[in-house]
Amino acid sequence: MSFLAKVFIYPINSLILADMVERFGHKPLTMMSQIREKVTNLSLDSPPINITPEDPKLGLKYAAIEVPAGVRGRMALIGPLIEQTEAAIIVENPPTDFGCVGCNRTNELTKYLVRSKGVPVLEVKYPESDEEARDFVNKIVAFLESLPKEKPEADEKAKDKEAAEKEGKK
Amino acid sequence: MTEMKKEEITKYIVISSDKVLPSDAAMKIYESEFPVTVKETCFGLIVSGARDDVETLVEQIRQLDKNHIFVKDRGFPPGDERRCRASRGGGPRPGFHFLREEVQMLPAIGAALDELEAKECVIEKHKAKCRLKTSDLEKVIEEELSR
Repeated sequence: MSFLAKVFIYPINSLILADMVERFGHKPLTMMSQIREKVTNLSLDSPPINITPEDPKLGLKYAAIEVPAGVRGRMALIGPLIEQTEAAIIVENPPTDFGCVGCNRTNELTKYLVRSKGVPVLEVKYPESDEEARDFVNKIVAFLESLPKEKPEADEKAKDKEAAEKEGKK
Repeated sequence: MTEMKKEEITKYIVISSDKVLPSDAAMKIYESEFPVTVKETCFGLIVSGARDDVETLVEQIRQLDKNHIFVKDRGFPPGDERRCRASRGGGPRPGFHFLREEVQMLPAIGAALDELEAKECVIEKHKAKCRLKTSDLEKVIEEELSR
């Protein structure tokens, strides 16, 4: 399946956002895909102790050593997603904020990193009435339709290949 | 074997429809004879299997009532001991609370999607009325001239 753009969503495990992004042909960057790699990878020998020695190092890229371990652990999963981000939808005022997205410091850091990345960001609020739901959907649809229609990945890959070939020739 | 394991994905199908029940969607999946695991839940279904099979099935189920059936990925396979209530002594599994909160919003989101689709249809119809193909124009001119 070919997608147009990789869209980061916040809350990162949201059903509504993941569905809408996929419905309009883009790829949602979600926590679930990261978790799947962690829990179904055969190289991990003792789940649920899924952390490998590489994970804390990965987390340190986004949060300093003084920061609580939970933030770094979460950033080890969320950080790679932020790096792939081509657009983002941030929904404020989520109804509940616990489970894997229950750490407010991680959420603050995630939103900060996404906003400072310089990609198009849509910021909306969770709807509390039918009218708000209509606005919520309209804004998201307009944002998703405004994203580039061409697939930049293929072009980038072609460019990378060309560059690699040139280097090989040299 | 390792490659096959990598291909396995799990998806939630959350049904908030007046026309389709989770049991209808489950029957549709059984009829399709794809080698997938299906678990019926209070909010919809959990489907697990090879990526291609699951994506095809999910698209088929979504078409039953596309604005009121929502889909998202799931990290853990169905019945996984680390998440399944049966092995954790009951109570909602981690992650269910947020899903439940979002499920309560789905009727409003579905209605908004319906409205959006209806608006697009109206715009398309309007455009179709406005446009006149050159071939049609030629026919009109020929008819007028032949009088």
